[in-house]
Amino acid sequence: MKPVIVDARRLLCPMPVIRVQNRVKELPPGTRVEAICTDPGALNDIPAWCRINGHKLIETRTEDNEYIIVVEVGEDS
Amino acid sequence: MTRQRKAVALISGGLDSLLAAKVIQQQGIHVEGINFFTGFCVEGHTHAIRQKDRARPKRNNALWVAEQLGIKLHIIDIVEEYKDIVFNPKHGYGANLNPCLDCKIFMVKKAQEWMAENDFDFIITGEVVGQRPMSQRKDTMPVVARDSGAADRLVRPLSGQNLPATLPEREGWISRDRLYGFNGRSRKPQMALAEEFGLKDYAQPAGGCCFLTDAQYSVKLADLWRARGEKQYEMDDIMLLKVGRHLRPRPHFKVIISREEGEGNFLQGYRKQFVSLLTTSHAGPLALLDGAVNDDDIALAARLVARYSQGKQEDLVELTVTGLDGRQQQLSVKPLGADEIPQEWYI
Ligand code: SF4
Repeated sequence: MKPVIVDARRLLCPMPVIRVQNRVKELPPGTRVEAICTDPGALNDIPAWCRINGHKLIETRTEDNEYIIVVEVGEDS
Repeated sequence: MTRQRKAVALISGGLDSLLAAKVIQQQGIHVEGINFFTGFCVEGHTHAIRQKDRARPKRNNALWVAEQLGIKLHIIDIVEEYKDIVFNPKHGYGANLNPCLDCKIFMVKKAQEWMAENDFDFIITGEVVGQRPMSQRKDTMPVVARDSGAADRLVRPLSGQNLPATLPEREGWISRDRLYGFNGRSRKPQMALAEEFGLKDYAQPAGGCCFLTDAQYSVKLADLWRARGEKQYEMDDIMLLKVGRHLRPRPHFKVIISREEGEGNFLQGYRKQFVSLLTTSHAGPLALLDGAVNDDDIALAARLVARYSQGKQEDLVELTVTGLDGRQQQLSVKPLGADEIPQEWYI
């Protein structure tokens, strides 16, 4: 299944986290969300947000000047 | 069986809210955090923009605090609703454009709504009597409780023993004896308690939790309102106030000049919304013109921008001007001399 894309380019912390959080709220557990960010802070913040809220971090990668963070919606959300 | 009581803690990312939540957690209460994004929050924005800092991005303190506490954190975007607080604070501004008392009332009110929707029992803040000149005084802390509607469901664990008993205390959900009686501006009791909890490496914001307590930032915001003839701002405006040098050569327009590469890249993202200038004959900054400008204004701005380029001592510097429609023209100008930039232009 294709991940749900959250375009958080040009947004600064904590907006990328808020965008991911609000999207994840609407999705069933197991769904993958791919956030595309330009603020490097998202590389720390989205994984931290996943850890504390019970979601799974699948991967983070850097492409050109963009940071891609893939998250899987947790059971207890 | 008695019901597990639940509290929502306002988490700013600073030490006080961390300690307050911890104190209540230790009394067996289920705690979750709530953090409000106003647009003015002191987060790593300048850090995220500036080139030299991008390699080691800053953490978000509210998330870090939640992780220390092992609690969930809900971050809520209140940018739009918050504008009214900034424009018309019923209780006025603090030393700068910080409407702290109205801000606190608003945040506690939002937390109270969240509490009701999510079936929580009470609210925790890290407020300390006498800690801040406006919102954390013996006479204003009850105002926050009253005007927010939270009333006796608002608990300030760090100062609880100096304040009237709250509902959770009266009901025996929490014990008043295990709250604290901190008071005044000293940070020592908080630091001692942090030590007791084994907490290190916490954030200690100096002036306050947001940019509105910053004198220079407030001057720029006031200038923006004056120039527009009304108190208004959009998210882009308040972001741009954090970036670059701001100079206002004429009442109807200002020039935002990047100070280094990272800022230049950030301003690039706004080139469709503003007339922009970039020096081409010499290395130099990217600049945006905010306001309705004519050809004379652009020529003046170009001379100013040239002043900040490597060609500032030259007779002529070339620049590309990009209009709102994307059309470009070349200009060749003499950079302004240092003595031709009046001090009043700097915002
Ligand atoms: S410093 Fe800013 S965020 Fe904190 S209470 Fe004052 S206005 Fe609100």
